[in-house]
Amino acid sequence: MSAEEMVYRENILAHYREPQNFGEFEIADICNKGLNPLCGDAVEIFVRLNGDKVVEDVRFKGSGCAISQASASMLTETLKGKSLEEVKNISKEDILGMLGIPIGPVRLKCALLSLRVLEGGIVKFEENGVANES
Amino acid sequence: MQLKEALQPLDIESLRKDFPILQRMVNGHLITYLDSAATSQKPKQVILALEDYYKRYNANIHRGVYKLSEEATQAYEDAHTKVASLIDASFDEIIFTRNATEGFNLVAYAWGLEHVKEGDNIIVSWMEHHSNLVPWQFVARQNGAVLKHIRITEDGLLDMDHFLSILDERTKIVSITQFSNVLGTINDVKTIGKLSHEKGAVFIVDAAQSVPHFAISVKEIDCDFMAFSGHKMLGPTGIGVLYGKKDILNTMRPFLYGGDMISEVNLDKSSWNEIPWKFEAGTPNIAGGIGLGVAADYLLGVGLDRIFEHTRNITKYALQKLSEIPGVVIYGPKEINLRGGVISFNVKGIHAHDLASILDRFGIAIRAGHHCAMPLMKHLGIQACARASFYLYNTLEDVDKLIEGINEARRIFGYVS
Repeated sequence: MSAEEMVYRENILAHYREPQNFGEFEIADICNKGLNPLCGDAVEIFVRLNGDKVVEDVRFKGSGCAISQASASMLTETLKGKSLEEVKNISKEDILGMLGIPIGPVRLKCALLSLRVLEGGIVKFEENGVANES
Repeated sequence: MQLKEALQPLDIESLRKDFPILQRMVNGHLITYLDSAATSQKPKQVILALEDYYKRYNANIHRGVYKLSEEATQAYEDAHTKVASLIDASFDEIIFTRNATEGFNLVAYAWGLEHVKEGDNIIVSWMEHHSNLVPWQFVARQNGAVLKHIRITEDGLLDMDHFLSILDERTKIVSITQFSNVLGTINDVKTIGKLSHEKGAVFIVDAAQSVPHFAISVKEIDCDFMAFSGHKMLGPTGIGVLYGKKDILNTMRPFLYGGDMISEVNLDKSSWNEIPWKFEAGTPNIAGGIGLGVAADYLLGVGLDRIFEHTRNITKYALQKLSEIPGVVIYGPKEINLRGGVISFNVKGIHAHDLASILDRFGIAIRAGHHCAMPLMKHLGIQACARASFYLYNTLEDVDKLIEGINEARRIFGYVS
């Protein structure tokens, strides 16, 4: 595998160029945003749940490096149809597995930004227990 | 100082042999280190000086009356003299700190909090590093003063008209970088200092980027304080310098209190040691200080005028090569005479962090991010940028490798070059 393939597998670049579920909901059950001050990456996530607390739909918006935006895009793709409990079980390793390339300690913050934002949003949702208006 | 006509180009090949790290392989490539504005590499002379101190004469200073302590004291004090000769100051005006940041904090606490009154103002600029911004935000908030910022022009220069419009009799402190770590701009600190003094303000120079790169005379600049770091000028980390005019240092209260900074201690009160020791409380970074002295000697030995000339040639070449790449945006002055060996840039469609990661695969080290200058990034309308910075051990071939790497990144991201 050549150097560039090791760094940016084609599907990371595809997600970066055409992010999935990109956009926002005016009303969402889970809604949170976060920054990675180190490189200025920003990610905001919006999740709608149905009555059984299963993810009905999801959007994200953001800006930043390919790693941060592609991992957010990949994360949103896996959410639909998952129960809140299943979403809470998504781990750091799951994200790194989706990216599929070695991520150094500095870039780890980029890779995990969207997961941290999602986790923070779930905490807020469980504290309030009601839909948030963004 | 050397005469211009006597300038000989650096013997780069033998000079590079002084820096063992330049032999390091990174990801299968010989390292191309283009991040000296973050921290410089160290010559073996500095590395050996640290080892020599710990192996042969490790002892505390200003205390023991035995041989080892005398040697350590002498070496540590000599280091102050060496640094003093680097910036044309006298020995007792050189305070060793941890870094430039601590130097600014020393002035902020020991001078700023004492003299800045409610309704006064402090002036910095949009191009300051956080180290020369955040301490002044603290002083202003603490004492009810106003913090003002000199704007920058489209060319990345300080807007001097704006400076004159915000400078007034209530200005107590003006603190400005001599050499921007992002834009590469070299500021006319002598003029800024003169204008500041006319209004009675204290003038401080952030010399973290400038001391490593060009010959400096604090007498000629006529600044009241100057702060810089050792690790950017071939010295060890954890050691830095605050220069202060003798008259001012003598009237200032100490910053940190404790051992070695006292002359007489009673149970309820104490009197202070002479400068510079009044400002160096506790056992200092002895090895670091000695190493810094060796670094100062090394720079003087090579000649700062030659170092400046060398990095300017590389910068000129890099500016030209970079501007030939489609989609590359370069920040800072276009005019080479107004800038030093730092180039910040972005490549269209490639985030600076992605670029840095790809370059790293080829052993090329550049900085990517906000460069501890978030307000400046905001002004430029960007989240981050890439930065290549050059120093005495860099070569034109290093630039060629950088350009090759950027073109490779453009290919990976699908921009045909």
